[in-house]
Amino acid sequence: MELLEKIISLRFEIAAFLLFGIGFMHLLVEKNLIKKIIAFNIMDSSVFLFLASQGYIQGRTAPIATDGVTDAALYINPVPAGLVLTGIVVSVSISAFFLALTQRFYHRYHTVNFDEIMILAKEKDVD
Amino acid sequence: MLPFYYNIPFICIFLCMIGGIVMPLQKSGKRSVRWTEVICFVVFGLFAALCLILTAQGESFSYKMGHFPAPWGNELFVGPLDAMLCALFALVLGLSLLGGEVTMHADILPQKQSFYCTMMCMTLASLLALTTTNDMFTGYVFMEISTLAACAIVMAKDTGEMVAATIRYLILSLLGSGLFLIGLAMLYCITGHLLMPQLLQRILLLSESGTYHIPLTVVCGLMALGLGIKSSMFPFYAWLPPAHGGATTGASAVLSGLVLKGYIVFLIRIFYRVFSISVVRSLNVTDILFVFGILGMILGSVMAIREEHSKRMLAYSSVAQIGYIFMGLGLGTDVGVMAAFFQIMAHAVTKPLLFLCVGRLSELRHHEKDFALLRGSAHEDKMAGVGFTVGGLSMVGIPLLTGFTAKLFFADAAMGGSVKMWAALLALALSSVLNARYYIPAMFAIWAKPEAGQPDKNMQANRGFTVAAVILTACVVLLGTAAVPVVRIIQLELSML
Amino acid sequence: MKKQHWKAFVDWVNGTAPERAPAAMPELPAKREKSPRTKPDEARRVRVFSRIYRITSLVVCLSVVCVLLYTLFHLPLFGAEDNPAVNEVVERYVEQGLAETGAVNMVTGMILDYRAFDTFGESSVLFLAISCVMMLLLKDQNNTTAADTLQLQRERETEREISDPILKKVVSVVFPCILLFGIYVVLNGHLSPGGGFSGGAVMGAGLILYSAAYGMDAVSRFFTLKTFRTLTTTALLCYALSKAYSFFTGANDLPSGIPLGIPGAILSSGLILVLNICVGLIVACTMYGFYILFTKGEF
Repeated sequence: MELLEKIISLRFEIAAFLLFGIGFMHLLVEKNLIKKIIAFNIMDSSVFLFLASQGYIQGRTAPIATDGVTDAALYINPVPAGLVLTGIVVSVSISAFFLALTQRFYHRYHTVNFDEIMILAKEKDVD
Repeated sequence: MLPFYYNIPFICIFLCMIGGIVMPLQKSGKRSVRWTEVICFVVFGLFAALCLILTAQGESFSYKMGHFPAPWGNELFVGPLDAMLCALFALVLGLSLLGGEVTMHADILPQKQSFYCTMMCMTLASLLALTTTNDMFTGYVFMEISTLAACAIVMAKDTGEMVAATIRYLILSLLGSGLFLIGLAMLYCITGHLLMPQLLQRILLLSESGTYHIPLTVVCGLMALGLGIKSSMFPFYAWLPPAHGGATTGASAVLSGLVLKGYIVFLIRIFYRVFSISVVRSLNVTDILFVFGILGMILGSVMAIREEHSKRMLAYSSVAQIGYIFMGLGLGTDVGVMAAFFQIMAHAVTKPLLFLCVGRLSELRHHEKDFALLRGSAHEDKMAGVGFTVGGLSMVGIPLLTGFTAKLFFADAAMGGSVKMWAALLALALSSVLNARYYIPAMFAIWAKPEAGQPDKNMQANRGFTVAAVILTACVVLLGTAAVPVVRIIQLELSML
Repeated sequence: MKKQHWKAFVDWVNGTAPERAPAAMPELPAKREKSPRTKPDEARRVRVFSRIYRITSLVVCLSVVCVLLYTLFHLPLFGAEDNPAVNEVVERYVEQGLAETGAVNMVTGMILDYRAFDTFGESSVLFLAISCVMMLLLKDQNNTTAADTLQLQRERETEREISDPILKKVVSVVFPCILLFGIYVVLNGHLSPGGGFSGGAVMGAGLILYSAAYGMDAVSRFFTLKTFRTLTTTALLCYALSKAYSFFTGANDLPSGIPLGIPGAILSSGLILVLNICVGLIVACTMYGFYILFTKGEF
């Protein structure tokens, strides 16, 4: 029973780690480059979910002092929010770069299957 | 008011980043390469001066980036060793650009060359930041900058093979940064800090009281694993040979010689300034690194023996050399880490030299890369031949050259540990023999008697290459013969960390 | 019917969708044949290798997830007030952030003032990404053939011929609103949720929508490669220089001389407003740049 309660209270973190595993796995295994990119985004988002849930504190609000009240006991932790913000931009940038590489591939070899591309690229090298 | 030299690291990082930002405005590739080299040498000069000052005064300092001190704002932390490493990185990057310039013009389209220079500037900025940062999250951000810039300089040579290599490189780098990031997130939630001095305090408290022992182990392992993947620690090396072996010469030199080292230096900083080496040792992370290091030393060389392609052979040799560094780190003693630092510097000058020389030799042979086709090419450019020979001999471990000195330090560091000592000594001996097994035939190949056919006389001399090769060769010899001051600087810093 | 669509979507994601040839289009030069000959033994080796690789990665992933989940039960509790992460650092960000940075939105205050070096690095990552994409996809003799140019030209012609009055009308109403909202979010970054990144993304989306409705040439008329370069470089330089100034003064304990203004007013919180505008410009340009480079390969 105690374990169950703990699991319920940790549901966000558990979800985050499961998603991390899914992303990690597919990033390695998937042959399709587009799916690899999706997997990478899942993996990064899961870390952001983990961070955001770590910053949350029961019963407090977002750290925006609209009415000038600055009492630390009222707001959640702003640090994870900042880290997530930075992380999102990094992940967007890398996705864009990855997509551009994929497009380039598709243009050259007319496939997005990475295994095929490896064979084709090697053959080109031999020719 | 601080003494002015405290500002040097900050100025250098911003100089590189601003240089990278404005570089794409420059239309001509030649001029942008010039500017990048100027930036590199300016950074080298500033950091060399800083290193001398700090060594003379025996001090290290932290520099706040903004108006807020340590637990609140970002900071840099610089000691004499960091300054020396930064100076070396800048020097080698500049020389690699200089030496690889002709090949770069052949490999990269003219309108894309200024982007290539942007990436080089950003690589330097990220190396400087990784070596000097006092903040874990800044480290993460600059790791990503380094990843993107490194991938971009790999794919700058725009063939199908290289784009495939870039994808592999990118995927493994992403895995590495993902693992590092999740480790960082966990570390934050058990300590509540992101700056290294505060983290160190908290972690010492935690390890004393024994709370959060498991998360601490996992975090340390994840960070070592993440950075290990990015620096091609042994079982995760698969991305390295195609990427480093195929890129344009200057890029290969920078990637093998410097980019990998940036991550390792950051990892050592984490070990010392966040976890403290005794805690890392008690978490048994060093033992794993030791095993991986030894495996890398031997298997990397074995794979290099089987390789015909000259640049890929050098890339496999990098896997072996990175193995040395991790082995030294895995010993978990100050002497071991000192040897690792020395090896970082030794490899940072030797491998770019080798890459540049091989690049130059293959340039003489219409960009053929197999050793069979490079036979006798050293006679057409003596400096390239000499450079390759000196670099190769240094890797094998001939006295007076830096590789030998590094191996001596490793052997010295291994003394005392019981099981680790024998493993380390055996691996060192075996790996030296294996190194000889592929470097010596390569040397014979390039110095072989030229074939009867007339060599191409219309090949122009490459002045940039000659300058770069002479300076790097001098560095190899100098680091090998006059290692004492360097060692003193490393010890000075380790005592201050 | 629905199933067909789903299958088409799956095929499209997989990249195996058949190329739909526009009906009225004359014959294009034939595309390169798809892998005429793949050596059988090479293919088999790759297959064996990939099977081993898959099994290893499965094992690695499972063990990583298990370790992480196991660790999770030893981490601080979710949502508790006495987590180690809630310490003097957070306290100062929240309690003195308003006075020290002038930003009502404490997250903005934190990322653009306390930890501004990280954020500068992050903007550089964005800049690097667009540079990489330009390196890969800007047209050059390596990635463009005559056939591609021809096809692009044809696409543009059809784009010009087919006018879509509903789309154009809607966009003409929506586009100014989106742009205005983006500007609002950027300018209020220090007062309310949002800031340079989110506002910039909104503006970029607006530009993309406009270009999708009116054709790319419509945007190219006022947004050329030159404008793009000048805008991003100027904004990023402005960012870098202002941060360099504030780092330099901060580290040397000099007064920065920048008034913080009255918290809550638009013109307040010193450099944060300027930085937000710079970041917004960079992000908007970058988003649109990604779109246009992916579709067309030039501005």
